[in-house]
Amino acid sequence: MNVVQAVGRSTLGLLRTAGSVAIFAGRGVSATFSAPWFGGQFLRQTVAIGYLSLPVVGLTAVFTGAALALNIYTGGGRFNAEQIMPQIVALGITRELGPVLAALMLAGRVSAAIAAEIGAMRATEQIDALQTLSTDPFRYLVAPRLLAAVLTLPLLTAVADIIGISGGFLVATSTLNFSGPLYVQNTWNFLTSWDITSGLIKASVFGFIVALMGAYHGYNASGGARGVGRATTHAVVSAAILIFAADYILTSLFSGK
Amino acid sequence: MSEPSTPTPMLELRGVMKRFGDKIVLDGVDIPVAKGRSLVIIGGSGQGKSVTLKIAIGLMAPDAGQVLVDGKDVTRLPQSERAAHNAQFGMLFQGAALFDSLTIWENVAFRLINADGVPRKLARERAVEALTRVGLAASVADLYPIELSGGMQKRAGLARAVVAAPQIIFFDEPTTGLDPINADVINDLIVEQVKRLGCTAVSITHDMASARKIGDEIAMLHKGKIVWRGPASQIDHSNNPYVDQFVNGRADGPIKVEL
Repeated sequence: MNVVQAVGRSTLGLLRTAGSVAIFAGRGVSATFSAPWFGGQFLRQTVAIGYLSLPVVGLTAVFTGAALALNIYTGGGRFNAEQIMPQIVALGITRELGPVLAALMLAGRVSAAIAAEIGAMRATEQIDALQTLSTDPFRYLVAPRLLAAVLTLPLLTAVADIIGISGGFLVATSTLNFSGPLYVQNTWNFLTSWDITSGLIKASVFGFIVALMGAYHGYNASGGARGVGRATTHAVVSAAILIFAADYILTSLFSGK
Repeated sequence: MSEPSTPTPMLELRGVMKRFGDKIVLDGVDIPVAKGRSLVIIGGSGQGKSVTLKIAIGLMAPDAGQVLVDGKDVTRLPQSERAAHNAQFGMLFQGAALFDSLTIWENVAFRLINADGVPRKLARERAVEALTRVGLAASVADLYPIELSGGMQKRAGLARAVVAAPQIIFFDEPTTGLDPINADVINDLIVEQVKRLGCTAVSITHDMASARKIGDEIAMLHKGKIVWRGPASQIDHSNNPYVDQFVNGRADGPIKVEL
């Protein structure tokens, strides 16, 4: 009986949280598409989320592309198929690793920062102050972050795609004796526009998840400094899990399987 | 023969109840505040003062009861109407609650720029004027909250509360965390600003010096109920055991400290 109760309680808790996140997301999206808009906040968030994430996303992409090239070269060698390495690297980066790794980097950097900032604002009554100053916190805090993340993560992913493929190129030409022009030509001829577009669509969805988790956990933070710390952890962990889950669902939808 | 009609209170909490889980925080609180009057609510920690203030200003919904502003029931206004309604309120938070990412003048002018659509240049002029009124130099305008002392932050918070000339101002523990001299300065500024604007004021505090100075009336909240209310000048002669114990800061009496 106790086990049944525990399972029931956990299920209800999960459903309550899912409902709460869905309502929060709905309010955030609604605030994004209705006036008043806070352009200054949006620009500030675009710089913080997009521009300032470039180094970490770029470094992650270059090392991942290089490592991927080595692994595929080694694995392909077992079937005498080393020469398809450029194509597989390009496909892996654009469809999967570019958007997922960029999103995971943002989950660590941006989700945490959003949760900490909004959580600290909650703890110091700044969110209450916004309301007393006739300003909807969803419009001022949540909407600009959601919009900035949804728009900038695809751009970051495009950069990650280029740098990741370049990482594979560097390893291939410097240590695996591939011809540079041939590598580029093989990659270019193989990739379709959908390979790139599907990755960018994924990135947009991941951007929404990253900002949503940061804002949701920060907005609902309670218990002072400890609560802010807890919100930050929850934001990063939940964003990472949801990114992987969304990745599978989107890949399944895109492949029709 | 009909009774003489009494003017509609500017702010009224009517039969307000609030509970968190099993704990009843407010148990049918009735608080009318007449226009232009300053009411101070005193009471020990955890007696529901902050909850009362949050319900009055619309940051929290009561479980039962009504909040009336100038006779209009605003208890459960939809979000779209809430912002417009809040335009007549000003509030000084306990920790000032200034926005870290904005300069002092941007904090003070926040409502003017973001809700009232005042151009930034004009909003800055009004913000600097408000800062000067609360004794802060114009040079403070371009600093960030972190660069100000606690007393200066409270002054900036007061400037933000009064800059749009609200009809009702709320003060949440206005002197907490300040030394006695700065606390007295803030009290003087509050009295001066409320008088200048001719607005209604509701404060919560457990600082009796502050309550005596800024209140026309004082009400004591204990266990979710108003146990005494009267003119500030009568606080030392209330003949109410709760008030006497609280005002004199005695451990013995009807109020038991829960450990």
